[in-house]
Amino acid sequence: MRARHSSDGFDPPVPSEITPAATYARRREWLQAVAGGALLASLAGRGARAQGARAGKLAPLAAKPSAVAGAMTMEKPTSYQDATHYNNFYEFGSDKSDPAEFAYKMKTRPWTVEVGGLVNKPRTFDIDDLLKLSPMEERIYRLRCVEAWSMVIPWIGYSLSALIERVQPQGSAKYVQFETLADRATMDGVRGNILQWPYTEGLRLDEARHPLTLLAFGMYGEVLPNQNGAPVRVVVPWKYGFKSAKSIVRMRFVEKEPGTAWNIAAQHEYGFYSNVNPDVPHPRWSQATERRIGEDGLFARRRKTLPFNGYADQVAGLYAGMDLKKFY
Amino acid sequence: MAAPAAHGRWLLHRAAKPVLFALCLLPLCWLVLGAATGGLGANPAERLIRSTGDWTLRLLCLTLAVTPLRKLLALPQLARFRRMLGLFTFAYAVLHLLCYAGFDMGLDAADIAHDIAQRPFILVGMSTFALLLVLAVTSFQPLLRWLGGRRWQRVHRLVYLAACLALLHFFWMRAGKRDFAEVLLYGTIVAALLLARVLLWLRAAPGAQGRRFLRKT
Repeated sequence: MRARHSSDGFDPPVPSEITPAATYARRREWLQAVAGGALLASLAGRGARAQGARAGKLAPLAAKPSAVAGAMTMEKPTSYQDATHYNNFYEFGSDKSDPAEFAYKMKTRPWTVEVGGLVNKPRTFDIDDLLKLSPMEERIYRLRCVEAWSMVIPWIGYSLSALIERVQPQGSAKYVQFETLADRATMDGVRGNILQWPYTEGLRLDEARHPLTLLAFGMYGEVLPNQNGAPVRVVVPWKYGFKSAKSIVRMRFVEKEPGTAWNIAAQHEYGFYSNVNPDVPHPRWSQATERRIGEDGLFARRRKTLPFNGYADQVAGLYAGMDLKKFY
Repeated sequence: MAAPAAHGRWLLHRAAKPVLFALCLLPLCWLVLGAATGGLGANPAERLIRSTGDWTLRLLCLTLAVTPLRKLLALPQLARFRRMLGLFTFAYAVLHLLCYAGFDMGLDAADIAHDIAQRPFILVGMSTFALLLVLAVTSFQPLLRWLGGRRWQRVHRLVYLAACLALLHFFWMRAGKRDFAEVLLYGTIVAALLLARVLLWLRAAPGAQGRRFLRKT
């Protein structure tokens, strides 16, 4: 059940195929068949809540395979079920099953992203403008969480650099800070004080401009499910997952290294750079190895973690001359 | 000791111990079933490691609750369940350790040694396990007789240290994600159980020691 991109002889798995369309269609027929009864009303309610949960449920998002170097790993993508039900998105709760359960409350339309700071053309983008700003590409990236697990996700989006060029950063801009949604009405997690809300993340400008840094709108052939950061997020594949801010509402170009949520919370454990680095251990998770989610069952051996999550060829040059044990 | 309270006679029923034994096995059955049917979510290894740890802590709380409850409810019959609960605590600790060693470390002794040296919360977990091992080994009648009641009791007071270390281990693990709600819950339970012991001891010891303590405070 794989679609082939014969143009380049490469065979990337197309995620929307993970739940076969026929299976999905059958479920639909069944739902429609039952619609109308009282029992049905309750079932429909449940169906609506589980929406983010199945491939084939969300709006498709067309994309061409990316030509960016390193953007198309041949590794087997994680199942859609695992990628959407094992998430860290603390705004919806700290348990990894919380986002799948509660993220449906978040409203992703209307949505704007305010881009400002040290730029010549500050602008507030409507999400529909952002969707049209540059051609959509599919990119299959490894995702390495600081908790020592990893996935392979087929994202859809375009290089963040396309957006950066539109707003024209000034010469003094050295960093970009991302601010994500913190809505007390729909996000129970922001009532707690586990982190400072809104969640902020940041990149050095050259990191943000690197072609692998993705502004993502979709995954698995469809728009992003809420729990994975709808409607727009960044994905920085050579850094630990928490660097890839979800559900972004604001970007600011600044001169000084901006505060980032986990760095503020625990400075010694989460550095500003947080590049995937097997040589810098975290006090709770060895970073030398990782568990690939969904791989070969319970007794699969852990994989060796690679420097820069395997993207060293593309990004190591950004850090030439830096002591990465000091700037972890 | 007073004659067993009449309202606790059911605790002496022949089936009471087998029922408790079966109840203590339920979490394990549930985990094995989940592992066999793919019901443990996206990261079954992590789920097994964490769940066995959770159950160790829960059973440790239950074990610590026996004595205060026995005294507060005047149910001396409860004492006959204490060893079984303690040994189940140890059994889940063994499973916890095996899951960690197997799933996280690939049963590689050198990796485990390195991990203990590198991560303080692993060191604390291992220390807790060593204490529980001492308690489990000395929990049988012949060893109790060999040690003598008073010395045995002194050894078994190590359970308080084990509980504190288990909490530290849990706290340290959760500190990574700054998620302390559950740590606080278990911490409160253990603190309440230890406080209950102190209060019972003060009430039961009206002798010189207890009065001196009361006057000072």
